[in-house]
Amino acid sequence: MTSLNEQLQKQQAVSGPAALVRKGLKRRYRAERRFRLFGMLAVALGLLFVVILFSSIASNGYTAFRQAYVRLDINLDQAKLDPDNTRDPEVLGKASYRSLVRDSLYAMFPEVTSRSDKRDLANVLSNGADYMVRRAVMEEPGLVGTRQSFWVPVDDEVDMLIKGYIDRNVAESERRVSDKVIGWVDQLQRDGHLESRFNTLFFTNGDSRDAELAGVRGALMGSMYTLIVTLLLSFPVGVATAVYLEEIAPRNRITDFIEVNINNLAAVPSIVFGLLGLAVFINFFGMPRSAPVVGGLVLTLMTLPTIIIASRAALKAVPPSIRQAALAVGASPIQTITHHVVPLALPGMLTGTIIGMAQALGETAPLLMIGMIAFIVDVPQGVTDPSTVLPVQIFLWADAPERAFVEKTSGAILVLLGFLTLMNLVAVVLRKRLETRW
Amino acid sequence: MTKDTVQRAGKFHVDAIQEKAATGKTRGTVGDIKAVDPVMRATGVDVFYGDKQAIRNISLEIGRNEVVAMIGPSGCGKSTFIRCFNRMNDTIENCRVQGDIWLDDEDIYDKDMDVVLLRARVGMVFQKPNPFPKSIYENVAYGPRIHGLAGNRTDLDAIVESSLAKAGLWEEVRDRLEQPGTGLSGGQQQRLCIARAIAVSPEVILMDEPCSALDPIATARIEDLIDELRKNYAIAIVTHSMQQAARVSQRTAYFHMGELVEVGATDQVFTNPRTKLTEDYITGRFG
Ligand SMILES: Nc1ncnc2c1ncn2[C@@H]1O[C@H](COP(=O)(O)OP(=O)(O)OP(=O)(O)O)[C@@H](O)[C@H]1O
Ligand SMILES: [Mg+2]
Repeated sequence: MTSLNEQLQKQQAVSGPAALVRKGLKRRYRAERRFRLFGMLAVALGLLFVVILFSSIASNGYTAFRQAYVRLDINLDQAKLDPDNTRDPEVLGKASYRSLVRDSLYAMFPEVTSRSDKRDLANVLSNGADYMVRRAVMEEPGLVGTRQSFWVPVDDEVDMLIKGYIDRNVAESERRVSDKVIGWVDQLQRDGHLESRFNTLFFTNGDSRDAELAGVRGALMGSMYTLIVTLLLSFPVGVATAVYLEEIAPRNRITDFIEVNINNLAAVPSIVFGLLGLAVFINFFGMPRSAPVVGGLVLTLMTLPTIIIASRAALKAVPPSIRQAALAVGASPIQTITHHVVPLALPGMLTGTIIGMAQALGETAPLLMIGMIAFIVDVPQGVTDPSTVLPVQIFLWADAPERAFVEKTSGAILVLLGFLTLMNLVAVVLRKRLETRW
Repeated sequence: MTKDTVQRAGKFHVDAIQEKAATGKTRGTVGDIKAVDPVMRATGVDVFYGDKQAIRNISLEIGRNEVVAMIGPSGCGKSTFIRCFNRMNDTIENCRVQGDIWLDDEDIYDKDMDVVLLRARVGMVFQKPNPFPKSIYENVAYGPRIHGLAGNRTDLDAIVESSLAKAGLWEEVRDRLEQPGTGLSGGQQQRLCIARAIAVSPEVILMDEPCSALDPIATARIEDLIDELRKNYAIAIVTHSMQQAARVSQRTAYFHMGELVEVGATDQVFTNPRTKLTEDYITGRFG
């Protein structure tokens, strides 16, 4: 008996199922290790691309957040600004600040006397310097008649020189900045009148022809208004559509047809939505051009399918037993949906919405069609003001010839990425809050 | 409702059975389908899933203060039949119910019947415990709240406590009412579901294999509970355990291939079945 058993066991050890399994084990483990390695490689590759992308943008763009400023001691001469001592904003507004600014600069370089040299010297400063002084005086009329020091930005080309983007070693004729100007800048730097400071203008100004005055505020606000319109329209409409199709509508040809078309809509190139927006919202309904409200409407059309499809998937994932439980205690179908099904599906719906919003934030093509590509200096104050959006602003700057716009472009991309990160962060926090632990 | 309607209702149901049996389409049910004090009466119920008929011509009464056990081989239509009593079949697409089911003297398949009200009067416990992913308190309070049964928070607290107590769960959860119901053990979850069902004070409780996911100890607790609940409710229970049917029920109905083959007092059905099919099933010869 025992010997028979032993024999059997021996035989099994050689050719039984256990032996077969053991033979295959090594191969299985190898396959598993290989698979894991592939996975890790894929993740590493993805991370590498992200790092390269970010570091190249950041290294190009971080200088956009700094700007060289010159300190000017300006004599806010009463005789020039407000001879009658009225302190009337109208009078103060009309006064010539340009000469005040220039005079204070000339005072620092008494040796510069010729007309053309003086003009070149004045061009070291940004055109915006006058406005900055003017604004300060308008805000505080008490300054008139006193001596104040102001930090004003330098011209973008001088800024490029200071940041080292213009090579001093090439021949003067090949260079955008003359030796003379280099000399003045060096002198300013030596005397401590020139300083690199945080570029607040980049965050407070709209677009400008002068690179040193151009900022992302206008585009940022435009993007924000556009996204708000998109979110306010597409989230409720998308969720309501998904709930209706998934929970309420009977399954029949009509709902099948609608479903197919929603899926089709998701695949329509976005520029087509732009054309549609142009034809319908602007030409037919007469809505304003370049306005975030129209942009929001167009992007709503574009994001709706994404939100609907994601929301339906989220609704499908809610276990049917929860619906049964609610119905069985006497909840009406709508109560079942609003009290149980939708709350459980909400995190998934939010994920879909945030993906849609991120797409909308990065979208350019349809917005070009409705005129959001215009050169707009003013920061929009509402959804009907003409404005542009961040990606369009990036496109515009990338196209600009001045060297200084290169760093502006990267800087705007950084702002866009920051906006995106913030949005995703909010979504993650919201989702964590809403998620139900089973 | 007048007495007249009640009689008419009763008469109709006898007629329906006789009529269907006379057509010879079905085998007919052996035994007495009547309950002593009926709350719900099914008369000649057919259910179709699309074209496929799942149950045919079933009549059965569920009485107050009694437990009716429904047994039979898998796929014979027990779940389909029990779902007719609270119209949960409505939620299944392409499911069609014919025949009549009466709750007291109202036809629950009448177009004037409010399904929400019906389900408040006829509660249900499912095979797999399905508490809401909310707190224990919210699970029980949900029904009373949507039906407006409690005037204020104190009333609601009282309902929650008494329901949990009746379900034999109060002592175990009184200190953790705010914790999620899904964090309880399987048996506790099922008792929570029973508490949720009785919180709306139904007249009838339907249970579809309530113990099939539970261990013997949890099962024994639920069985004791069912026996306790019988004092106040009419109970219909589907079970695959013959022992369970024998332990908890007063009457037993044996289903086979979509038909109700035999029904009678539980003692009688188990000790002295009147049909060959029933005998084969309970002696384990098939099923
Ligand atoms: N939703 C449905 N759609 C189509 N057919 C169904 C559906 N539900 C049940 N059926 C069919 O109806 C018949 C009865 O099913 P039912 O679930 O009522 O059986 P049961 O007696 O409860 O079985 P079990 O003991 O396994 O739970 C089966 O043949 C089944 O295939
Ligand atoms: Mg079943």
